[in-house]
Amino acid sequence: MSSGTFAAYRPILIAIAALAALPLAVPLLVGAGLFAGPNTFYNLMIFILIITLAAQGWNIAGGYGGQFSFGHAAFFGTGAYAQAVLQTRYGVNAWVALPLAMALGGLVGALIGLLAFRARLRGSYFALVTLAFAEVFRILANATPITGGAAGTLVPLRIGFGQMQFDAPAAFFYLALAFVAVVLILNRLLERSRFGAWLVAVRENEDAARALGVDTLTVKLKAITLSAAVTAVAGALYTQKFLYVDANIAYGAWISVEALLAPIVGGIGTVFGPLIGAVALIGLGEAAKTVIHAAFGSAVPGVDLVVYGLLLVVVIAFAPRGLIGLLRTRGGR
Amino acid sequence: MLEVQGLTKRFGGLVAVSDVSLTVPEGSITGLIGPNGAGKTTLFTLISGFQTPSAGRVLFAGADITGRTPESLAVLGIARTFQIVQPFAGLSVLENIAVGAYLRCPHRAEAMAHAEAVADRVGLTDLGRPASSLTVAGRKRLELARALATGPRLLLLDEVLAGLNPSEIRDIVPVIRSIRESGVTILMIEHVMQAVMSLCEHVHVLANGRLIGAGTPAEVVGNPAVVEAYLGHGAAGRLQKGASHG
Repeated sequence: MSSGTFAAYRPILIAIAALAALPLAVPLLVGAGLFAGPNTFYNLMIFILIITLAAQGWNIAGGYGGQFSFGHAAFFGTGAYAQAVLQTRYGVNAWVALPLAMALGGLVGALIGLLAFRARLRGSYFALVTLAFAEVFRILANATPITGGAAGTLVPLRIGFGQMQFDAPAAFFYLALAFVAVVLILNRLLERSRFGAWLVAVRENEDAARALGVDTLTVKLKAITLSAAVTAVAGALYTQKFLYVDANIAYGAWISVEALLAPIVGGIGTVFGPLIGAVALIGLGEAAKTVIHAAFGSAVPGVDLVVYGLLLVVVIAFAPRGLIGLLRTRGGR
Repeated sequence: MLEVQGLTKRFGGLVAVSDVSLTVPEGSITGLIGPNGAGKTTLFTLISGFQTPSAGRVLFAGADITGRTPESLAVLGIARTFQIVQPFAGLSVLENIAVGAYLRCPHRAEAMAHAEAVADRVGLTDLGRPASSLTVAGRKRLELARALATGPRLLLLDEVLAGLNPSEIRDIVPVIRSIRESGVTILMIEHVMQAVMSLCEHVHVLANGRLIGAGTPAEVVGNPAVVEAYLGHGAAGRLQKGASHG
């Protein structure tokens, strides 16, 4: 491996190391009154990492490939339900269920992609079709017995490494971080591969890409499959963390929005965009909730959504390439 | 190398290309000229697979390639440039060329090295800058470089000289000639007659979707039918008269 190759991965390794060292700062953060206790901190961090993973998935098809999906809930939810249903109804071990959930999510991605891309849907038409698919999944999951219908599916609490349920909150944090780290490296590999170059070419100009020998349909199908599989892992981790899933959590529009908003805010089509965006969105949302709660003495529902809206407007107006674009401009790049 | 047989394309009632037959011999630079709206670019889109013809056949190196997709034709060795340049605006110049280079070089290091070599061949420098910052002449060179990077045997050039000033044309003509000398057959649509005269061995003239003349560049400009297609009915006669009076 040449030094140039290592240089491309150095920022990723530094970021992973910094995140892995975060638990060391927990006593400090709790002491400063920023978090009520270690559990509050870990819950927030795990949630951020799960959203990051979902957003990283979206970023593969949406960011690198320019295929703006408004329905990544379809993949998140499939991963979440697969993880829950495989364990509760079929007695599958959690560690075995996770790769199956990932594969199922990828399969759903391939099918939706096949239908949408073969029909040559692009831009807002593709976005609307993916949104519709996610809604259909939500309604079906709410009505079919296998998913537990409207009551949802509860995964029984059985603490143990074999069950992927941990006593120490830091353990799940590291598990989620491991997945995010793998996808960070995977995205850099993608950027430096032929498939990545072709995917970006499809985003920039499909006709020009075809003239250069790029099979755009195959490239888009591979991208949406990979994208869906990554987002499905996020869903599976969600189930495993909260041990409960219902149709509005799994297939709700909220996750589609989080998955696309985080990369847009952070920096679309970049390795770090989803992570930076998820930290900014959820961090600021939680901060706003805390501040409002302290000021008014009670929670104001939806205040985090107001923050999301404001942040999106500010980013689009002042940093169209996302927060990471802002950092690069300031850094002289 | 390329043989077009009775190619026809209808858009509703409009016949854009009507029963066109022509051949491009291996190793040649063949020109395709004609007034605006003659159907030259449509003929290119049919040959390069972006549209399927209503009738007729296209043969490449003896094999029927009618109706095949552009990407599969690129794999076979047919590359095209676009009249309206289509750079990947968000990518650097080198990354643009690399997309083409990846067709024959699956690995990044080879693809990048090949892309740099191609950039050097067409005279592109400062490869790290965004493609969107290129001048018109730079974008034309980039179109050429990207197509060339796919390692074609047949290159279809759609007005790569249009919009360039005379000195830029003088710079790029030798590049096209050197591409042919490296063994690539070229079919070019061109309006700049100075370049057509100096580059092409053989020229086909298209007007209103039909071939109205063919021959060496000198023969074609002397053909009354061609002159009339450009300048209007009776123009050839008036020119003749004007010449004899003068």
